[in-house]
Amino acid sequence: MDQETKTNPAPMKKRRNITKTDVQQFLLRGRAFIALILVFVVFTSLTPQFLTTGNIVIMSKHVAINALLAIGMTFVILTGGIDLSVGSIVGMVAMIAGGLINEGINLPQLGIIIYPHTWMIVLLSLALGTLMGAISGFVITRFNVAPFIATLGMLYVARGIAGLRNNGYTFPNLIGRPEYGNTGFEILGAGNFLGVNYSIWLMGILTLVAYIVTTRLPFGRHVYAIGGNERAAELSGVRIARSKIIVYSISGFCSALVGLIIASQLVAAHPATGESFELNAIAAVVLGGTSLAGGRGSMGGTLIGAFVIGVLGDGLVMMGVSSFWQKVIKGAVIVLAVIIDQVQARMQERIALQEQQEMK
Amino acid sequence: MPDPTSVPGLETAAVENIILTAENITKIFPGTVALEDVSFSVRQGKVNVLIGENGAGKSTLMKILAGVERPTHGRILLDGREIQLHSPLDANRFGIGIIYQELNLCANLSVVDNIFLAREKTRSGLIAHKPQREQARELINRLEQKIDPDQLLGDLRLGEQQIVEIAKALAQDVRILIMDEPTSALSAAEVEVLFRIIRELKSRGVAIIYISHKLEELLQIGDYITILRDGRKVAEAEAKDINVPWLIEKMVGRNPANLFTRKEHQLGNVLLKVENMTMPRAGGGYLLDHVSFELREGEILGFYGLMGAGRSDLVDCLAGARPQATGRIQLNGQPVTVTTISERIESGFVLVPEDRQRYGLVQTLSVMDNMLLASLKKYLKGIFLARKEEKAATDQQIKELSVRVANPLQPITALSGGNQQKVVVGKGLLTHPKVLLLDEPTRGIDVGAKSEIFEIMNRLAAQKYGVIFVSSELKEVLAMSDRILVMSKGAITGEFSHQEATEEKLVAASAVGHGPSNGGNHHGSGN
Repeated sequence: MDQETKTNPAPMKKRRNITKTDVQQFLLRGRAFIALILVFVVFTSLTPQFLTTGNIVIMSKHVAINALLAIGMTFVILTGGIDLSVGSIVGMVAMIAGGLINEGINLPQLGIIIYPHTWMIVLLSLALGTLMGAISGFVITRFNVAPFIATLGMLYVARGIAGLRNNGYTFPNLIGRPEYGNTGFEILGAGNFLGVNYSIWLMGILTLVAYIVTTRLPFGRHVYAIGGNERAAELSGVRIARSKIIVYSISGFCSALVGLIIASQLVAAHPATGESFELNAIAAVVLGGTSLAGGRGSMGGTLIGAFVIGVLGDGLVMMGVSSFWQKVIKGAVIVLAVIIDQVQARMQERIALQEQQEMK
Repeated sequence: MPDPTSVPGLETAAVENIILTAENITKIFPGTVALEDVSFSVRQGKVNVLIGENGAGKSTLMKILAGVERPTHGRILLDGREIQLHSPLDANRFGIGIIYQELNLCANLSVVDNIFLAREKTRSGLIAHKPQREQARELINRLEQKIDPDQLLGDLRLGEQQIVEIAKALAQDVRILIMDEPTSALSAAEVEVLFRIIRELKSRGVAIIYISHKLEELLQIGDYITILRDGRKVAEAEAKDINVPWLIEKMVGRNPANLFTRKEHQLGNVLLKVENMTMPRAGGGYLLDHVSFELREGEILGFYGLMGAGRSDLVDCLAGARPQATGRIQLNGQPVTVTTISERIESGFVLVPEDRQRYGLVQTLSVMDNMLLASLKKYLKGIFLARKEEKAATDQQIKELSVRVANPLQPITALSGGNQQKVVVGKGLLTHPKVLLLDEPTRGIDVGAKSEIFEIMNRLAAQKYGVIFVSSELKEVLAMSDRILVMSKGAITGEFSHQEATEEKLVAASAVGHGPSNGGNHHGSGN
């Protein structure tokens, strides 16, 4: 290092020319964003009605559902875990909320039925989803069960409860009754603020909050550390079990929120709501550059990933591509994203080695 | 002491017997240069010994010869022709076998299955169990052991597993056999058997590459000695020409006593009192056997012992990493009742763990994030982390510990081993500990970084920290410690002040309970 600084002055070294590696790095790092722009450009040129305000609003609403799940999923995956139960919790929370609106809480011993206010139903549902996540986290940390298995179990349990709640039937017409004071549930799905649907606002707000949590709070740093090297984090005093339970709780909370939004948008709750949503969420996270091994990734990436998947899906539909081809294309894109991820990781390692050589 | 770095005449002697040559091998890992331009020749029908301190690069060189790692630069010649080793299977095809230091066996498989793993004997595609079992029994008999080939490997004790590992290598009919510390888990009788096998292999023309830390043993079994230090070859000699002191000087380079000077400092009150720290071992016996000791303010307390003597278990217990341990701990006269790692850190214990890569660092994070990981709470403004304070704390530690880093936001993997270690130490210091638990803090780092770490220890002792210094390096323990406790089989078997401690006394105390042949004559005044 000494020699380097003697032969060329320091500023020269800082302002070195942009090399091929720099360009490659830039392209690789911004790949999700580049992919998004690419998808937009392609669909805009192929279908004229693609880039209209109306269509963008509709697409954003679709994206919001997946993005909200993907935000929770990002926390989980950053710790090196996985949450397969999110889709089922969506369905279960939708059914529970629907049941509370249409049937209330029946207490036959007392001969009364309690109809909670809509806002109470929303809070109860969110608490329920969070609790389901916390249970997964508890099972994972307390009994040392692999996250894949623990949340796979939760996937079945929650889906089962969703069916049990009304014997597999839908709760229709979730508008409540003015005399019970439980009206207004549909506003969550249909309401707008400044002309933008609530679900899109929620997506924006949650992404921002999640971004701040991951970058500015000790908890966020702990999440990254656990994913990077759990044992080292533990020896540094990070409370592993607590952090993991919180992470799965966040994922459960996000799932519950999505369950409410979907039930509200449809003004009905169906027990199969949210089936296979977990896979879309994982795809968005991975596409956004978060490593499934944990420790690397960002909320911004996840948001972009969710947009790529959503826009890709809607665009293909608008072009009239068959749903079977849509699946093939989606699958290929996801695997391609991970391949690029690996290429970048190898490249970064090489650059780290070079830096180390230069420092010598 | 003879001064030339290589014995003249050696290069020309017995050149025709060279079977394998590693030429100008360089290997760079993220964080360290493990080997730098090392050449190493292996002679047929001889025991080619490779020695050096921990981190000198021996194991890396072996892994390259065994096809596990690929060199960054350099080539490998077999019978004068360059060969490419992409995998252990390749090495095998060329007749190179290896017995690893960490046992590479599957605990869930039987002894036979382990011996023939990936080289199963088959009959029309199916595993031929009977011939395998018979050959396994033959091999075990040759090693004069009574091990049932059908037993699960996980049910064997460590020494027996080592024998299986040796049998596995013998089953392969190799021309070159690499043995990476094969005797570390063997009893004296088992070592005798191993040596007999080695002589037998030699007579059949097999080239042995032998790595060990036990210097007397090396001179007994070895023919040619190559010495590595800090990733470079420093000397070569024939075993008959040299002695143990010469080996030590070459290995260490300089006299470590001059390199690592302990500063006299005033000891304060009793800071830490540990009573009856006990931890049972799974399957009987103790990992920690009623360990009691005291540590004073400003004292550097060295812990010496062999591998598995319980030193690391002890510091792990103090750090709260082993919840199953029992015993009483008092800090500044107050009993320490909290048990979790985070609570122990708050009460003033901090561990710099033995294995930097596995336990010390989060490889995906930057230098700064690693440095602050244990003390994040101290840089909060409201609920948010305050960048300015984070940066200030990092910069200060980087300066105080003279960590060589261009930018604290660099990935931690871009640093050299010594600088990574300083970051781990800095992380510990930022928690404002009272007792610093250093577990092999100098392992795998170069001599310059070592002396800097010792410098830091001296400074901490002067600032009234209590420092517990676990090390397997005799010279370092002797040079740095105010007092030395020696452990063997989970118990303290010797206690020596700086003045009375000698290498012989420490070694003798560390062997207590390890069989009659090497049980020490001088027991330490253990109390």
